Amino acid sequence: MRNCWIKIFGLIVIMSFWAVPGVARAGYDYIDISHPFLRKIPIAVPLFKKVSSGHGTDQLSKSASDLLAETLEFTGYFKFLDREAFLVNPQADAAFASVNFHDWTSIGAELLVTGGVLVQDNLVEIELRLYDTFKEQLLVGKRYKGRLADERKIIRRFCSEVIYTLTGDRGIFDTEIAFVSTGTGSKEIYICEFDGYNPRQLTHIKSITLSPAWSSDGKWLAYTSYAKGKPDLYIKNLRENRGHVVAKKGINTTPAWFPNKFELAATLSFSDDPEIYLLTGTGKIIKRLTYNKGIDVSPTWSPDGKSVAFVSKRSGTPQIYVKDLDSGQIKRLTFQGRYNTQPSWSPKGDKMAYSGMENGHNNIFVIGFDGQGPIQLTHNEGDNESPSWSPDGNLIVFASTREGPSRIYVMTSYGTDHRRLLALKGRQTEPKWSPRMVNK
Amino acid sequence: MQKKLWIILAMVFVVPGLLFTASCAKKAVKEDTSLSQQAQDEAAKAAAEKARQEELARQRAIEEASLKEEAIQKAKDNFLNEDVGFEFDSAVLTPEAQEILKVKAEWLHNNANVKSTVEGHCDERGTLEYNLALGERRASSAKSFLVDLGIPASRLTTISYGEERPVDPGQNEAAWAKNRRCHFTIN
Repeated sequence: MRNCWIKIFGLIVIMSFWAVPGVARAGYDYIDISHPFLRKIPIAVPLFKKVSSGHGTDQLSKSASDLLAETLEFTGYFKFLDREAFLVNPQADAAFASVNFHDWTSIGAELLVTGGVLVQDNLVEIELRLYDTFKEQLLVGKRYKGRLADERKIIRRFCSEVIYTLTGDRGIFDTEIAFVSTGTGSKEIYICEFDGYNPRQLTHIKSITLSPAWSSDGKWLAYTSYAKGKPDLYIKNLRENRGHVVAKKGINTTPAWFPNKFELAATLSFSDDPEIYLLTGTGKIIKRLTYNKGIDVSPTWSPDGKSVAFVSKRSGTPQIYVKDLDSGQIKRLTFQGRYNTQPSWSPKGDKMAYSGMENGHNNIFVIGFDGQGPIQLTHNEGDNESPSWSPDGNLIVFASTREGPSRIYVMTSYGTDHRRLLALKGRQTEPKWSPRMVNK
Repeated sequence: MQKKLWIILAMVFVVPGLLFTASCAKKAVKEDTSLSQQAQDEAAKAAAEKARQEELARQRAIEEASLKEEAIQKAKDNFLNEDVGFEFDSAVLTPEAQEILKVKAEWLHNNANVKSTVEGHCDERGTLEYNLALGERRASSAKSFLVDLGIPASRLTTISYGEERPVDPGQNEAAWAKNRRCHFTIN
């Protein structure tokens, strides 16, 4: 799948036009990284100009401009201006070849994306430009050639350029989300793209399969499955048909890959007590990480790999603890509430998302290592569980029963902009956001 | 006159003859009843009684056997069907749970060739990964208790299903209480 992606992009001719000195250097001051969702940037995305004529061009003009708006909207950074309010006919020259910035600033747009589409048989050429309307500057412009079927990939590629220009981060448009669904009657693992597009079934075990976990390079997925009748740990290479199994006595659960290494932590109970161990990617024990009679489960690594957080019942109720691997010191992180589980360490390392239960319902909380919080991100909407951060740290994917059967949702890391990612047959649970996949 | 003579002659010869035969026959009959017939009757009676007793005993045995079988089956059903309950977020054996486990230990003791799997289950509240660990703790609590009562550990396997296999899909305390359990199966 990934290879295919790379090949297709290899075929697409990508041209940056205007020599670099002509392109304004964005200072990454458009989006306040520490509070990116406080003020959404007003952006205008008019229908793309039809360079060729015909039904195919008409369709692509509409679908590509809509897709670009949807894709950018996913980040939570932007406020999209209503096309009805635009002063310029998108098919006029003024909309593309030359831009009258006043037409856009007067309706409140601070950013503008224009595009031109050309369709020839099965081939397309799409030119896209991002402008700062107040500075009257072109921030980034690209021309892509490909097949009609590459529309989504081209749009995402440009969105990635837009986000890179504005924030200095490549964004999440090449990421995926693994989750568990019961559509076939048993729990199996599925993978979809970051926006819920193209969900596909990964496992066909016809048993209970749980808790997917991505390796840092996105090449491996570890999960627990009852394929052999008991909860064993499977470590699967996603591109090649090979893998490893950890099938010790008792449970073999909650895999969590060590950052940028072919190693992972997992909960094993072969000693008659669930403890967390560090394993090689082939499933051999390197060392034991917890020593406590009673439940220790659900490890999550700090991005630098120096600490591991986990759930323990050592104080009587399930709470989240952090172990510093060098000193061996363990500190309790959560003190509010009597049932705090499913920790997920933020990619920037500064926060922990987790599920906290109050009055019989789970909700998602975020607590900062600076003593901030916990802040509750979901409220009074069924059970909200299994938080997992997007690799840029801006979004959190989670499972919720707010609409009945459990579904996968995404919100910003500040708890705003909730959206349902997909609704498949059965129940969808345990989403895990992949790392970025490009060049890996 | 000649006719009268014939009648007299007949009387003289035939009647005594009839008498003789009659007495002879009577005598023979009398002998049978008094001796062999009586013995036969008694033998038959005894035989019948014996048969009756045997039949009764046989029926009693069947009944006993079926009762015993029933009791065996009942004990087995009980072993398989009576689950060990738990409090929320707990793997501690309550006094009631311990009583149920003592009965299970007795059954395992009486059925020394049986190997059993202890399944640990949780209610749907709480979170999935933690519940898998909690189910494991429940199963191993029950197993340890049985081992302490003398059941060899080698006869007991544990498996956790977490919250994956509820017996009651309801979303109320009664359903949750049923789902927080250790269930026993025979391997």
